[in-house]
Formats: sequence, C-alpha cells, structure tokens
Amino acid sequence: MHIKYESFVREPLVDGDKNYHQVSEDIIKPIEGKPGRMWYVGFFFSIILLFFGIFSVAWSVYWGLGTWGVNRTIGWGWDITNFVWWIGIGHAGTLISAILLLFRQGWRTGVNRAAEAMTIFAVMCAGQFPIWHMGRVWDGFWVLPLPNSRGPLWPNFDSPLLWDVFAISTYFTVSLLFWYSGLVPDFALIRDRAKTKLRRLLYGVASFGWTGTAKNWQRMEALALVLAGLSTPLVLSVHTIVSFDFATSVIPGWHTTIFPPYFVAGAVFSGFAMVNTLLVITRKILKLEEYITIGHLEAMNKVIVLTGSIVGVAYLTELFISWYSQSWGEMAAFKWRIMGPYWWSYWAMMTCNVVSPQLFWLKKLRRNIPFTFVMSIVVNIGMWFERFVIIVTSTYRDWVPGSWAYYSPEWPEVGFYLGTFGLFFTCYFLFAKYFPVIAVAEIKFVLKTSGDNYKRDMQVIEDKTEEEFVREIEAAHHEDHAEAAHN
Amino acid sequence: MAIKKFAVAAYDDEAVLFPAVKKVRKSGYKLHDVYTPFAVHGLDEAMGLKETDLHIAGFIYGLCGTSTAVGFISWIFTSDWPIVYGGKPHFALPAWIPITFELTVLFAAVGMTMTFCYLNQIMPGVKKHVFHPRQSDDLFVMAIELNEHTPEAEVIDFLKTTGAKETNVQMAEESWWYGRWDKKEEYEALNAG
Repeated sequence: MHIKYESFVREPLVDGDKNYHQVSEDIIKPIEGKPGRMWYVGFFFSIILLFFGIFSVAWSVYWGLGTWGVNRTIGWGWDITNFVWWIGIGHAGTLISAILLLFRQGWRTGVNRAAEAMTIFAVMCAGQFPIWHMGRVWDGFWVLPLPNSRGPLWPNFDSPLLWDVFAISTYFTVSLLFWYSGLVPDFALIRDRAKTKLRRLLYGVASFGWTGTAKNWQRMEALALVLAGLSTPLVLSVHTIVSFDFATSVIPGWHTTIFPPYFVAGAVFSGFAMVNTLLVITRKILKLEEYITIGHLEAMNKVIVLTGSIVGVAYLTELFISWYSQSWGEMAAFKWRIMGPYWWSYWAMMTCNVVSPQLFWLKKLRRNIPFTFVMSIVVNIGMWFERFVIIVTSTYRDWVPGSWAYYSPEWPEVGFYLGTFGLFFTCYFLFAKYFPVIAVAEIKFVLKTSGDNYKRDMQVIEDKTEEEFVREIEAAHHEDHAEAAHN
Repeated sequence: MAIKKFAVAAYDDEAVLFPAVKKVRKSGYKLHDVYTPFAVHGLDEAMGLKETDLHIAGFIYGLCGTSTAVGFISWIFTSDWPIVYGGKPHFALPAWIPITFELTVLFAAVGMTMTFCYLNQIMPGVKKHVFHPRQSDDLFVMAIELNEHTPEAEVIDFLKTTGAKETNVQMAEESWWYGRWDKKEEYEALNAG
C-alpha cells in the first residue's frame, strides 16, 4: 500500500483547491490570452533600452574603446564589473534546478522554470561584455581553438581568461538544454489544447512531437537527474573560474585563495535576489500567487541571508588576512579600498550585502512581500558594488604612485550596461508571454503530496493514534499479499 | 510506419490507472503504450519496462569529452606548438583541469540530450498520433493494439471494467512521421464521427 503523505510541518507548495486540469488552466491561460497593458509598456521600454545599448556598443566599436573611461591604470571598468555581476545573477537558476533537485527540495518546482530562464538571459547579457571589450571584435574568434593560418597558433589553454570562455559557453549550453528539455512536455500541453491553427503549428514544432509515453517520462527523469548531477559542479565551477581571472594574478586585493568560494556564495546571493525581484512581479501580474507562494519567497530569503552572511565573513577574512600577511602592498590595497577616494563604493557594498540582509533573520520580514522586493534590489546594488570594488579599487593605486588614477564611466559604458537590461527584460517579457513560467508537469507531479487540498485530506490520518495507523497499514499490507498469493 | 486499430481508455486518476495496467498485462491484450501528463513514478515498472541506460550513455560521452580535452591540449602544448607560459612546464596538467572539466560536462550533456531525443524519436517537425487531446493535461491514456483475435467490443467492455472514464476505438499511426501539427492527416478521417 502506498500512501501519499507529507508532514504537516511543511507548508503546501500549491495553495487553493487544485486538480490537474486547474493547474494547466492557471498556468497556460496567460499564454492563450492577450497580454495586459503593463506587459506592453514594459516590453516597449525594454526594447528602447535594448536599442540604446546597441547604439552604445556600435559607437564603441566604430570609434574604439577610447570612448570608454578606462585608462592604462584601470583597464577593467564598468564592463567587466557588469560581466561578473550578470554571470553571478545567472547562478541562481541552475542552483535551483540542479542542486535543489539533488537535495529533493520540493519548493523548487514552483520557481525553477522562471529561474532557469533568468539564468539563460543573464548569461547572454554577461557574455556581451567580454566580447565587446575585445575592441577589435572582428578578431573575437581567436579565442576559439580553430585551425588557422597563423601557424596554426592556438589560444593559451593555461590562461584563466580562456578557461572562462569554455566555462561560460558550457554553462550556457547545459543550462539551455536543461531548461528546454523540461519545456518540451509543457509545449505539448499547449499544443494539444490549442484553439488556433498558428498556435498548434508553432507549439507543435516547439514540442518536438512529445506525447508523454511511459518510456518518454522514464528517460526524461533519467536525463533530468544526470543533467542535475552535471550542472551541480558546473555551476560551482563557473564562478570559481571567473574568480580565477582575478585570483591567479599578482595584484594586491586579487591575489587571494578565498576568491572561488567567496565568488560562488556572492553569485548565489545575487542570483536569488534577482529571482525574487522577477517573481514578486510575475506572480502578481500572471496571478500565480497560489503556485509561487509566500513560502517559496521565504525559502529564497533564507538562502539570501545564508549566502549574505558567507559573503560578509569573506569580506572580514580578506581584511584580516591582509593585516595578518603583513605585506605592505596588501595592507595598502585594503586601506585605500576603505578610506581612499572610492570609499563610498566599499561602504555601499558593506551596507547592502552584509548589514541589510541580516534583517531576514526575522520571519516577519522574510514573509513580507514589499520588503522582499526592496531587499532583492538592495542586494543586487550591493553585489554590483562588490564587483566594482574588486575590479576598480584594486587597480587604481598600483605599484608606481606616478600612475595612480581615477576612473568614472563614459556614456557608452553606461549605455552598454542599460542595453543589457534591455536585452534581459526583452527576453523575459517574451518568455512570460509565450512560455509557461511554471513547470506544469512538475507541479502536477508534486500536487497530490504537497497541494493544499490534498494535504487537508491527510487530516484523517493525522487524527489517528500511532497504533491505529500502524495496524491499518499492516492490514492493508496483508491484503495485498493475500491478493498476490491468490493470483 | 503502419496504421493500426487501437482500443483506447482514458483514466482520470493514477490510483485507477495502476490496477488497470496490471489487469491488461494479465489479460494478454497487447498493451501499446500509456500516455501521461507528467512522470508517474512506478508506471514503467508496472508496465514491465526496463530501466533506461541513458545515464550510461552520458558517462561514455563524458569520458569522450575528458579525453578530447586532455588529448587535444597536450598535443598542442607538447608537440604542435610548445610555448613556455609564465614558466609553466609544457605539460601543465593542473592548468588544464578547468577546460577538461568543462568539456567533460559539455560532451556528456549534449550527447545525452541528443541520445534522449533520438531514443524518444522527438525532433522539431516530428508528428505523432495523439490518442486523447487531454493526455497532456489531466488524463492517463492507455492504448491497446487490436488484431483479428481481439474483437473490439470485447476489449472495450474489458476496459470499462477497469474503471476507464472514456473508451473508444481509433485508427492510428503507431510510429512518428514528419508533419505539421495544424494539418489533419488522411487516416484521421477514419476516426471522424
């Protein structure tokens, strides 16, 4: 005898009285209807930002990187800051879909689809920065190990910058496969219930002809599990390798072994914040509050307070080690971070990343939606400053005082950054309109164990004494056996 | 590629589906397949399907990725174009670990996904017969292949006793074909009315 039972201690993952059909209705309805006014306004602004970004990039390519504020002392400015920021944001999706799958965290099913989409779009944005930072972007293919007429001269496989090329392209590809393989059955659902011919045609193509046989699902589960197993070290490796871009150098402030775990924690921290930013809005506009519940947001806030604290410890460790090393270069680098001309960026980072998330220790605040939303933005501002602090305030006062410099961005750099917001939100708005933002098949899978109405039915079992319960189970077990023997 | 006759039963609860599958297997009728809107755990076992070997394929693809990376980089750096980078030896294995790892993951993931598509016969443009439009929504649909020894009335009556909500007989293409999902196929006219 099999009983679908989950402890009452756990909150339901799906609120309200849902059955399988209602789940499909709730999640697919927004795709079949016309989007609201808010969608058009948001989409329009995103497109404008995107075009401004394209203009800024075109300007930078045409006139060269001299149009940027970077100089000989500070060679990496806003662009690499933004690169690391976006790639960090891109970590939450795979963490939710892969690591939480391995940890059997049921609440991931409500948020994984949107979080993975966010990951893919964030990695797309991140990838723009190193590409356009090349300046002579038409030579960009030199990073690929292709046979060529220059020897053939190969890229340097010992260089962290090349590791990054491999790490990010692999991460993008694997995330995309993971995301799309989960989407296929949901596209089949949209196809099968489509009323218009065009929708049937397009979702027919997108669904790859999925019909959901028992064997299909068996392989799907095997694929998801192995992809999760592969993505788990992958997601940790990506930001580790990004941190190697800094940590393998000999610049004071960069040359430190704490960087890989510190970067990964920071990435998860900012990624979950971005998921919260998006989902607080999405659940409201698409009326999905019963699927993305306050419990989901609270779970993510818990991750935020944990990773925020790890990041805080890392900042303090860095300070301690710079003093403990008694290396004057290290000590000076940190002194100028805190008290130099860029003091404001250091303190913005400290306040946003270390101090403010501690408020999430209070359950009331973790479950407060406006507060969650504000905090999610504060965290991402803080994480942007973290990267700015690492990149700019480690380089602006180098070994030769004569070359000390100051850096502020020029308009094409700011435009480029805004442009990636345009790219990100254009993609996200299209996703929210044409894709099921919640994994329908996965919600159906957990519905009978974690749905509110099904949990309520379990009250009968909850009311029984232990002995009664055990006796009934045993009786049912014997019946099963008797039947089997009879057959 | 063959158009065959099927008896179709739709169930609205997994709890009814499992005993029904058991009964069909015991009855000796040819169980074509069961279509479900989500992964129903234990259904493959109940139907007597073997565990998939997809993960073994993934492991082999991963090994291919590892050997490609190590083989290619070591050939380049020790024989094709040896350069001293930062005083490292030509055969700088620790420095190749990141790329080796990434390629292992990449090969395993891409290879496995392609194998997954091949085994399931899914691809953009592929079309298959859908026995019930709600088999991806809330119904669990079982199809039994009919032949001259299994009169359809008998099978339908049998399916009704298993607790099916809906039953019917359909002509269906058993395999996949290239086609557009917005177009009706010729054989589907046989099922009209």
